[in-house]
Amino acid sequence: MKITGYVRPDGSVGYRNHIAILPSVSCANDVALRMGRMYPNVLVLAHRQGCGQLGNDKDQAARTLVGLGKNPNIAGVLVVGMGCESITAQYLADEISKTKKMVKTLVVLDKGGLTAALPKGAKALDLMLRQASQTKRIPFDLKRLTLGIKCGLTDTTSGITSNPATGIAADMVIESGGTVIFGETPEIIGAEHILAKRAASRDVKERLYRAVNDCEERVKASGMDIRGANPAPGNIAGGITTIEEKSLGAIKKGGRKPLQGVLSYGEIPKRKGLFFMDGPGRTPEALTGLSATGAQIIIFSTGGGSPAGTLISPVIKVTGNPHTAQQLGGHIDVDISSILRGEETVEKAGGRIFKELLNVASGKATKAETFGYGMISIWNIGPHM
Amino acid sequence: MKIAIIMDPKDNVATLLSDVEKDEMVQARLGETSTEERIQELIRFGHKFALSRIHKGANVVKYGEIIGRTTQDIDKGHHVHVHNVESLRGRGDKR
Repeated sequence: MKITGYVRPDGSVGYRNHIAILPSVSCANDVALRMGRMYPNVLVLAHRQGCGQLGNDKDQAARTLVGLGKNPNIAGVLVVGMGCESITAQYLADEISKTKKMVKTLVVLDKGGLTAALPKGAKALDLMLRQASQTKRIPFDLKRLTLGIKCGLTDTTSGITSNPATGIAADMVIESGGTVIFGETPEIIGAEHILAKRAASRDVKERLYRAVNDCEERVKASGMDIRGANPAPGNIAGGITTIEEKSLGAIKKGGRKPLQGVLSYGEIPKRKGLFFMDGPGRTPEALTGLSATGAQIIIFSTGGGSPAGTLISPVIKVTGNPHTAQQLGGHIDVDISSILRGEETVEKAGGRIFKELLNVASGKATKAETFGYGMISIWNIGPHM
Repeated sequence: MKIAIIMDPKDNVATLLSDVEKDEMVQARLGETSTEERIQELIRFGHKFALSRIHKGANVVKYGEIIGRTTQDIDKGHHVHVHNVESLRGRGDKR
């Protein structure tokens, strides 16, 4: 089984060949957006973090920004900083440069300010775009593929069809030597005991229970019933009654292989196999976290037909809901509503999802990609000062 | 006949695969076996109904696991959802 991709200097493989502008801090977004208008084929990874953050929250933002820059789908990065922020452009550039990919920095408060920075940035982008354009796709096996998995706009068809079928595709990636990362800690509340049985070690099991416990304690500290936030109103309209029901369906998307580890949000795994990322269920943050772990492709299982995408990693959307497939087909890459019509087994549908994954990795555009739909949103866990 | 799915033999609810009117019969499938059940009120696609009478305070079971607890008695064939089931987890409001 072969897919084609772009080999990077560190031996990793990208399935897209992007040049990206990465602001180190939200104050530099304006510069990144202006440069993006000058070079519309460049990804602008604008976000809202990077300064005035404390402790774990700052560390998490820095780790995520580094992970986004390191994602193998990106051939080169222009890091744009202000020069006064806590997560500096130089720090991000140094960390991302460990992959030996092209990295340039631009600091707005350097001599000459904005008017000097813009032409300097243009020169860097121009150079990297030309360089990247000369890289050719070559065939690889799946050992250097990291697949991210997310479910969203969940309804009761998700747990019956699209999540278990996605799980089949996940198992096939692992059997081919690849890595799979799924997450959404609130959405394993009530199902953690099932996932914990597959933990590869006692340490992994304990870390999984701790992640769920910490998440549930945050809900309790708010004094609120989780219902209404998760399951969200759209989930409830789709027949999901409680977080436990949602979770029992949600864990099926990760397949049935042993769980090798629990990652922090945006943490790059050090081994192959199946991993759980401790993070939120909300779509933009969950997808951004998966891109930061190094996931080159993401499968998104949806009941209600979310248009979700993200900038760095192509998002393949799968639905098992016949109404969604019919009414929102423009959002859906793989229609597996055949399962509920009794025309196809979950296993066969999973095989079709896997096949689409190979096609997308090799260059086929997903629906979200053709729309250019998506944004970067880093999970923020502390106050802004 | 319209179809409902039972995910596990331990379940006391089934998921409808169509909108179903009051007094309509549905075929509730569990793997290769099935039973016929009368639906007692309008219930939408993807929503659940009780396979037997579930008393107030009893567990609601789907996928063979507890998904919540009833807040009132639910008769066989009636809609099981947020109006008569509560979550046991993530309840900051109960602290």
